[in-house]
Amino acid sequence: MTAKPNAFSQYPDAQGRFGEFGGRYVAETLMPNILALEKAYEDAKADPAFTAEFEDFLKHYVGRPSPLYFAERLTDHFGGAQIWLKRDELNHTGAHKINNCLGQVLLAKRMGKTRIIAETGAGQHGVATATIAARFGLPCEVFMGATDVERQAPNVFRMKLLGAKVHAVKSGRGTLKDAMNEALRDWVTYPDETFYVIGTVAGPHPYPMMVRDFQSVIGREAREQMLERIGRLPDAAVACIGGGSNAMGLFHPFLEDENVRLIGVEAAGKGLDTPDHAASLNGGEPGILHGNRTYLLQDEGGQIVEGHSISAGLDYPGIGPEHAFLHDVKRAEYVSATDDEALEMFQLCSKLEGIIPALEPAHALARVRDLAVELDPDGVILMNMCGRGDKDVPQVARMLGVEV
Amino acid sequence: MNRLATTFARLKADNRAGFVTYIMAGDGETAELLDRLPAAGADVIELGMPFTDPMADGPSIQGAALRALDNGMTLKGTLALARAFRENHPDTPLVLMGYANPVHHMGYGAFARAAADAGVDGLICVDLPPEEDTELREALAAENISIIRLATPTTNNDRLKTVAEGSSGFVYYVSTTGVTGMGKGAATDVADAVKRVQTATGLPVAVGFGVRTPEEAAEIASGGADAVVVGSAIVSANHDGGTKTALELVRSISAAVRAAS
Repeated sequence: MTAKPNAFSQYPDAQGRFGEFGGRYVAETLMPNILALEKAYEDAKADPAFTAEFEDFLKHYVGRPSPLYFAERLTDHFGGAQIWLKRDELNHTGAHKINNCLGQVLLAKRMGKTRIIAETGAGQHGVATATIAARFGLPCEVFMGATDVERQAPNVFRMKLLGAKVHAVKSGRGTLKDAMNEALRDWVTYPDETFYVIGTVAGPHPYPMMVRDFQSVIGREAREQMLERIGRLPDAAVACIGGGSNAMGLFHPFLEDENVRLIGVEAAGKGLDTPDHAASLNGGEPGILHGNRTYLLQDEGGQIVEGHSISAGLDYPGIGPEHAFLHDVKRAEYVSATDDEALEMFQLCSKLEGIIPALEPAHALARVRDLAVELDPDGVILMNMCGRGDKDVPQVARMLGVEV
Repeated sequence: MNRLATTFARLKADNRAGFVTYIMAGDGETAELLDRLPAAGADVIELGMPFTDPMADGPSIQGAALRALDNGMTLKGTLALARAFRENHPDTPLVLMGYANPVHHMGYGAFARAAADAGVDGLICVDLPPEEDTELREALAAENISIIRLATPTTNNDRLKTVAEGSSGFVYYVSTTGVTGMGKGAATDVADAVKRVQTATGLPVAVGFGVRTPEEAAEIASGGADAVVVGSAIVSANHDGGTKTALELVRSISAAVRAAS
């Protein structure tokens, strides 16, 4: 099957814009850095040696390609369309995050940067960055909200074990967005030697494009694997969305396949009709934060509001600008799932498939359930299982009233 | 000619550097402090618009922003403070400084009209580099409000042209890579940079970020800057000791700046 050319995959433009979203909203101190990064990335992308090294490490270090798995028992249980899982939870470090960290750290090395920094919420991106930094012998500092440091002690220890320095960010409210503010402050202070590894498809241009490109290995593999296994493309590709890096990585190679529905699942927390959710597209408005124009959770005065989700990986108050664009031009659909639904799917997937999903993809599974019923049994759904649930076991046990 | 141009022309005629004071709207007794700043020696006033995510600011101004928000300060409230100030002070330029999102949320056109109505002379939007400020700049220009851009040690001569294009009032030279209140760049570097920015932009240059004491301000003033900006130190003084303490600091810095140039 040949992809039908359309305009959706041609973005961003030269200004880093996806339609009216994206851009480079940073302080002047960082502008020269952002422009240099963009140029270095374009050069690297055009260099076969860079791509070869990236692919070699993806294969032998990360463990790609990740399998495409037919979830037969979930399919039977939901009683509708076939459910296929892209197993990115089997990657080294247990999530899709490492694909991007590998790409960015290789770029940092190529640019002669001597110091890696990253922000992290639950700690998955921090662990993945610390892992790759360790592999390449680069010092790594991770900014993590003080509240999260307390809640995610095992990941903090993992990062330290990997040789990273973890800064507990007390400024603001001590959450993921404050960690990102602090990482930006650090970058502004040490712009020459530092490479900032952003963990999602957000931030100033070229980050949304660059992170998407590195994560697109997910969708490229899945597209090929689908054709190889069942000789057709899926009817829908589904992924959970916080900042949106796993979803963008899955969606991008399918953008020109207009018969493939692309469905992103945001975190509805305690419900979209409550203040406690993290659904930027379904419950936010366009605004400017962390270097890009996108949908944001904000109040009537334009102040940023904290997101809430059972999943620390989804409670960011913004979303990648390319998702904002795909939402507005209606190429992708954005729905949501609540904390309770995610908790239910976490248990169901564990019992039926022997796969303990992270709470993030458990959100996606809740909408896969509806979609399976909506499509007829000939239908095919592809879902990215973007992370494994080991990290969530203590939290879920607590919520279920079990002592571990 | 707006008040900024008039003020910098007067400073030039007096052959001295100006003193720009920054305070955060809604942190402490802002209305009273604003009202008394000109008499204490402020030539230009920057009024901070609080934002939840002040990513270019150090701890002093971050703390001030969160306190202001906790006190219920909003962008509309900030504009009301500006308007009240303008009623009693027809000549002192007032510049709003902050981040793009609250302004974007109000709408660039609506903001420009409201700011003009409140007697605001300029806007510094930290996270709107020249590449992204066209729409806002045009809306402000229609109301004769200057967009004031930042130049930093990382801004090379090519970029300085970009920075100069379309900006007016003055250029804010950030004397060090880093966030507000962190400590200033070496004096000789700053003096050289000021000359470079003046030549490339043809605009007055105000130097800030990390200037905290009368001595440091005097050093910048005697190094050829058109003005010295002090923010974090005044914000801290205001938080620690209230309006009286903040005004004492302003008076001592003002005296040092006047003596130096």
